[in-house]
Amino acid sequence: MAKQSFLIPLAIFLALVLILGLGFTLDDPHRLPSVRVGQPFPEFSLPDLTKPEIERTEGDLKGPALVNVWATWCPTCYAEHEALKVIEQTGVRIFGINYADDADKARAFLSDLGDPYVLNVVDADGRLAIDLGVYGAPETFVIDREGHILYRHVGAVDARVWQETLSPMIQSLAGAGSG
Amino acid sequence: MWIEIGHFSVLIALLLTLLGGATALYALQRRDVHWAALALAVAPLAFLLILLGFLTLMAAFIADDFSVTYVAQHSNRALPIQYKMSAVWGAHEGSFLLWCLVMGGWMMLVARLSESLALVMRLQVMTVLYGLQACFLLFLLLASSPFDRSLPFYPGEGADLNPLLQDFGLIVHPPLLYMGYVGLSVPFAFAIASLWSGSVDLSWAKWSRPWTNVAWAFLTAGITLGSWWAYYELGWGGWWFWDAVENASFMPWLLATALVHSLAATEKRGVFKSWTLLLAISGFAFSLLGAFLVRSGVLTSVHSFAVDPQRGLAILAFLVPVVGGSLALYAIRAKSIKTSAVFAATSRESFILGNNVLLSVAALMILLGTIYPLIYEAATGGLKISVGPPYFNALFLPLAGLLLLILMVGHETRWRKTELAHLLKGQRWQWLVSFALMGALLSWLESSSIPQALFAWLSLNVLVGLARQWGTRAHLRGRWRALMEQSTSYYSMLLGHVGLVIAVIGIAATSISSIEQDLRMAPGDEVQVGDYAMRLTRVGEVDGPNYIAERGEVVVTQGGQFVARLFPEKRRYHVSQMVMTEAAIDAGLSRDLYVALGEPLGDGAWSVRIQVKPLVRWIWLGGVLIAFSGLLSLLDLRYRKRTTQRAQMANESLATLSQGH
Amino acid sequence: MLAVANLLIPSLLGLMILVSGASVANTVEDLTFADDASRDRYQNLIDELRCPQCLNTNLAGSDAMIAANLRREVYRMVTLGETDEAIKSFMYERYGDFILYRPRLMPSTWALWLLPGVLLMIGIWVWWVMARLSSSDSDDEMQMSETDLAEVERLLGESHRANDT
Repeated sequence: MAKQSFLIPLAIFLALVLILGLGFTLDDPHRLPSVRVGQPFPEFSLPDLTKPEIERTEGDLKGPALVNVWATWCPTCYAEHEALKVIEQTGVRIFGINYADDADKARAFLSDLGDPYVLNVVDADGRLAIDLGVYGAPETFVIDREGHILYRHVGAVDARVWQETLSPMIQSLAGAGSG
Repeated sequence: MWIEIGHFSVLIALLLTLLGGATALYALQRRDVHWAALALAVAPLAFLLILLGFLTLMAAFIADDFSVTYVAQHSNRALPIQYKMSAVWGAHEGSFLLWCLVMGGWMMLVARLSESLALVMRLQVMTVLYGLQACFLLFLLLASSPFDRSLPFYPGEGADLNPLLQDFGLIVHPPLLYMGYVGLSVPFAFAIASLWSGSVDLSWAKWSRPWTNVAWAFLTAGITLGSWWAYYELGWGGWWFWDAVENASFMPWLLATALVHSLAATEKRGVFKSWTLLLAISGFAFSLLGAFLVRSGVLTSVHSFAVDPQRGLAILAFLVPVVGGSLALYAIRAKSIKTSAVFAATSRESFILGNNVLLSVAALMILLGTIYPLIYEAATGGLKISVGPPYFNALFLPLAGLLLLILMVGHETRWRKTELAHLLKGQRWQWLVSFALMGALLSWLESSSIPQALFAWLSLNVLVGLARQWGTRAHLRGRWRALMEQSTSYYSMLLGHVGLVIAVIGIAATSISSIEQDLRMAPGDEVQVGDYAMRLTRVGEVDGPNYIAERGEVVVTQGGQFVARLFPEKRRYHVSQMVMTEAAIDAGLSRDLYVALGEPLGDGAWSVRIQVKPLVRWIWLGGVLIAFSGLLSLLDLRYRKRTTQRAQMANESLATLSQGH
Repeated sequence: MLAVANLLIPSLLGLMILVSGASVANTVEDLTFADDASRDRYQNLIDELRCPQCLNTNLAGSDAMIAANLRREVYRMVTLGETDEAIKSFMYERYGDFILYRPRLMPSTWALWLLPGVLLMIGIWVWWVMARLSSSDSDDEMQMSETDLAEVERLLGESHRANDT
């Protein structure tokens, strides 16, 4: 066998180490990036949570805004709720999607803990969530004036996430539109 | 206090290991017998100290000592005692302690059982092993110590062991698997010693063989058990998922299998020396890689331990010099190895080479698929992709088919050269018989699948061929004489190959001909699945030692005859609140009946998963036979050597005695 | 009379289909299939689709809510007669290629699908080369070893005599 060919195993190994080392720089393997980013918000027609006789559609979600997917069976959503109330105070619109939940419990949740949402839709069977590519709760989307999805955050929104990521996004959207 | 003693004990073991390595190197330099004796005597002592540490940890579990962080994280007062004990290796820190313990054990055995090995080689092998163990112990003590306490505030109750691990499988699977992984360090050490001394004579091949065969046997047993465990534990009836961690055990197994074959050829015929060295290095390298994958969090897996990138980096930092250094040593030294490779294309050597090439390609293919998601994510800037069973099955199956073909023809080959006429002799008869048997099997399975037929035919062909070969020998020399004259290594080869084809038949049968149905069933409903009528009689609540469960009762009949009463459960464990599916299985040699509860659908109805899996037990039966074959080979090589040695020594001492008078 | 029957029967049938159609569109998985082929398609799809939330399980093996919801979607689409391709497209348009256990063949996965074949070719070539190299020596070797064999025996004979003393 040619003398150089004895180096092949070593070369393969070094390439492997490089790839594995690269693995550490990558994102958490459990976090999925959203493939809906850049696309228009999915079409839907679902009842409003607090006014069930009204049907809401995607046109009712007027951006720039946050769209928050939440449920009463999700423990982190309780903690996130406080942060959302604070964020709402800054004048940002927050829409809610009540995901695979009991509507009565959800209404009780809002009346007990406060309602920072402009409106909430009842996604009882989770179809809208699937169309959004949601795989757990809570998740929060940023939508622009035209109703396109710009960003998805997985997990609870807290002060840091708001300050570092979401707030700048909303502000640039609002700034771009005005004037 | 005992934990501190255990911790200290392992620390001393580390120091002894370093001492052992240093002493061995010194003895090598000086060619000094006394220093050598010291270097070898250290290994058993180090092992005992690690064992002490291990036992103190186990004692802490049994005593519910939640001041020890590891115990608090993985145990609970209500945990049954056998799981408290096996919880020692249920998570990263403790399992790594088990790894070090097993390594210490192998080192002790090598030190004690290598007396007739040339001293230089013996010392070199031990030096490599001491070096490896020192790194392992250092990592254990610095980055993943199970001995840490969380004082002064510690929980009054533990977080409980993951319910999936509260099972017999945890008691046996990791120890067996580690015996295999760690055992591959011995042929690795032999290979390094051989390259180091620059003399690749055949003694290293001869010496490596029993160690390799045993390590390989344990690895086989570990993988087989893991598959069986996943099957009955995970609740969906699968027995292999090409999960990153499963692959991490399968890749070294493939290479170790190639190594077993290559060593045989090297010892018997002096061929493939540099290939065997490379395989010995690669087998252990993939073992280490497996350890990395499981503990680093770089890849997602159901099996992986809690993620800690720092540990992952440490293991990677260890891998680079050890494996990189070995491969560099190989690159430098191996090219000067002169191989007297003299064999024809139709020889046994050639077929073994083909076998090894295919096994290596398979291992590399699995590696590619396993790490591709990483490459993809890096290359596309964050997009994620999955590479799962459809990919691996599609690519592995053709390779497996080729391997079986090589096995089928390879059994007829002779060393150095086989006449084509000899190869084809009796094949026609053999092929026809196998075809008939295959037809019988497929009609019993009521199947017409071509891939299934092909794999079944190849496997049956091997069996018929072996029977024919054996019959021919028996006929030539008289039955019993023929039986006795066969060496144990012939029988272990036979058993290994028989085990393999039995497993393949099982896989072929169950993969294609299993019946799987997800059905809605309410109490009182009866469904027909295959030949079996299954009636869900009731679903009720049941209390377990540390869980509460919904338990269904399913009565199975076949043609009116009672077959089994099955009790699938859906458990919720108190402490962790984890929900687990406990499948009910009626095991049989010809088929398994598998029933699992899905979810409640309202009105007392449940979605129920029912499977009829023909010949699925053959898979693990085959695996067990393969593992046994590895252990059987020990009887041949070592035992006989020992007797001749003893005989020789006895003769010599007699001679000296008689001279004295 | 006949005219009424002509109207009634199709509308009764239509009503039946409507009713059964409604139960198919139920939010809870009925798990009833029109034929075995549909059932097989469903089973295969839930085996090949990955649960987005789990640590490496397919939809078939997962207890997670998202998995149950996705299984329901697969069931719905299978009973509506959608093709496998359409169902998989539905999934990866929402969850990305992550949800497919069989990677699609596209430029970014060419290496994944083609490299193993290349490796196999290389392996066969290596085997071929080694077999050629070794067998071209073999005939010469055998001749040589015959003469050497005689020499070796002579030497052995001498050393045996030496050992007996």
